[in-house]
Amino acid sequence: MASEALQPNVGKKPKKRESQLLQTTRKLLKNKLAVFGLIVILLQMIMAVTAPWIVSYTPIEQSLSDAELGIGSEGHWLGTDNYGRDMWSRLVYGARVSLLVGVTSVVIGLAGGITLGLLAGYYKKLDGLIMRIVDLLFAFPGILLAMLIIAMLGTSLINVVIAISIWSIPGCARIVRGSVLSVKKQEYVLAMRSMGASDIRIILKHILPNCTAPIIVFATMRMATSILSTSALSFLGLGAQPPTPEWGAMIAAGQDFMWSSPHMTIVPGIAIMLVVFAFNVVGDGLRDALDPNMDFNN
Amino acid sequence: MVSLIVRRFFQLILLLIGISFLVFMSMHIAPGDPASIIGGPTASASDLEAIRESLGLNKPVLVQYVDYLSGILQGDLGYSFQTNQSVADAIMTRFPNTLNLAIASMIVAIIIGVTAGIISAVKQNSWFDVSSTTIALAGISIPNFWLGTMLILLFSVTLQWLPVGGLNAPFYTVEGIKQLILPAITLGTGSAAMIARMSRSTMLEVIRADYIRTAKAKGVRQRGVIWIHALRNAMIPVITVIGVNFGALLGGTIITEQVFAINGVGRLMIDAIAARDFPVVQATVLLVAALFVLVNLIVDIIYALIDPRISYD
Repeated sequence: MASEALQPNVGKKPKKRESQLLQTTRKLLKNKLAVFGLIVILLQMIMAVTAPWIVSYTPIEQSLSDAELGIGSEGHWLGTDNYGRDMWSRLVYGARVSLLVGVTSVVIGLAGGITLGLLAGYYKKLDGLIMRIVDLLFAFPGILLAMLIIAMLGTSLINVVIAISIWSIPGCARIVRGSVLSVKKQEYVLAMRSMGASDIRIILKHILPNCTAPIIVFATMRMATSILSTSALSFLGLGAQPPTPEWGAMIAAGQDFMWSSPHMTIVPGIAIMLVVFAFNVVGDGLRDALDPNMDFNN
Repeated sequence: MVSLIVRRFFQLILLLIGISFLVFMSMHIAPGDPASIIGGPTASASDLEAIRESLGLNKPVLVQYVDYLSGILQGDLGYSFQTNQSVADAIMTRFPNTLNLAIASMIVAIIIGVTAGIISAVKQNSWFDVSSTTIALAGISIPNFWLGTMLILLFSVTLQWLPVGGLNAPFYTVEGIKQLILPAITLGTGSAAMIARMSRSTMLEVIRADYIRTAKAKGVRQRGVIWIHALRNAMIPVITVIGVNFGALLGGTIITEQVFAINGVGRLMIDAIAARDFPVVQATVLLVAALFVLVNLIVDIIYALIDPRISYD
């Protein structure tokens, strides 16, 4: 009886508390731009996955008799390039390349950045060394670090993935370190430590889950940067090599035909802009939904 | 203030040593024997050995690095594998073009970014605010190499108002300004977007502050409140963004120079990467990274000068 008196809600259905995931999703869906971004990303994913079924030609199939057909041509609604390759096919397969490179480089960059950030934030002895390395990597503006890595490894799409992954590490490490520093002084972490929990357990089970919000936002915005950088490097001839249907490389190829076939440049450019815009607005929306005070200037 | 400058200066030197070591090592471990690249496919083993000897490539790595560093301090950046030209000379002839482009782009970015940001904040939720905020987001997302190509298509090919590319006339002549307009807009758009976003958000914070309300209550005109009272405080974080963006612009020149066929340091770097011309890659990367950290140092100092509350302890 006494225990029942102490638990007045026993037997009653407890009020369902909305999970953070649900709350974030609800807030995100209220943001019109973010919804637009989500739709674009979803469409790109569908294009990437279903590529072989939604195009009538392979992206490298040449037909010189059909070269430089304009938009709206019969059988090639987005026209063809100077080799007579179907622009729609190349655009769809390009979506696959950009998504694959974006996701792979972000995942590898996150793995490196999270590990370094956790170690630097948790172990004071490692902090100085790791953060000096991070500072050193930050000393290279924008795309320069990626170019240095490509200069070292050689020009190819795989090397672009490696370069962009390494470029993503310092930003992620800095964000994770910041989160770890604020979380590790919380009472529940001190309690776990006093109960004898191992460092690995504390880091992986108690600290990392509390850093997920900034990591998710960083990853989304990093996707935009990765896709943009991949196309920029391919445009410069340092990434995807012909005849790979990569959007940046397509723009570079189209430059020589700007007078006769401007669609060769316009179409892939709009695709890059839309996808990068989509990841940026979803990243912005996620930041607002998760925590508007997050700082992602780095 | 003096101690801040001295401390930051020493940090800068350490950082520059770190950058030079990283760049040197990257090129050192890169696959490809420099002696074979210089000697070509017909070089015999003794030729290759002689080339290695003359370049000091058979010395220990750290000795090579120290030699390289002392060379830099004396203005010797080595010789191009491709042309055998002095790398320092090659950079010196191209650097003014890169600097002109970066400065012109920054001017474009500041004028567009700060103006749009302030108007957006003052007229919050107006049509101007909504459209400029959306355009700013789009501005960050536009690949600048594509924007450049589109500007060429519109203003050079279709309307024939501006030249397609090149940057050979002095920047103070009409021809020079004409040549700079499209590349500066191309490179400055992304930074303008970021500056606009930052100016808007800081201005919004400032115009809600008590001292602004007081100024208004005292009868100061709206224009006076904005330009005299609010702007100075709102500009502090904006200056940081401008500084960071100037560094990024230096990196961005690499792509823009390629689009507009501008004979600058960025173009030199791209050609060198493709040809595996390591001394040129090393020197150009080092130059851009060094300028980037130097600009960041200057921004830190300006930041502390404007806002005496800031200390970097």
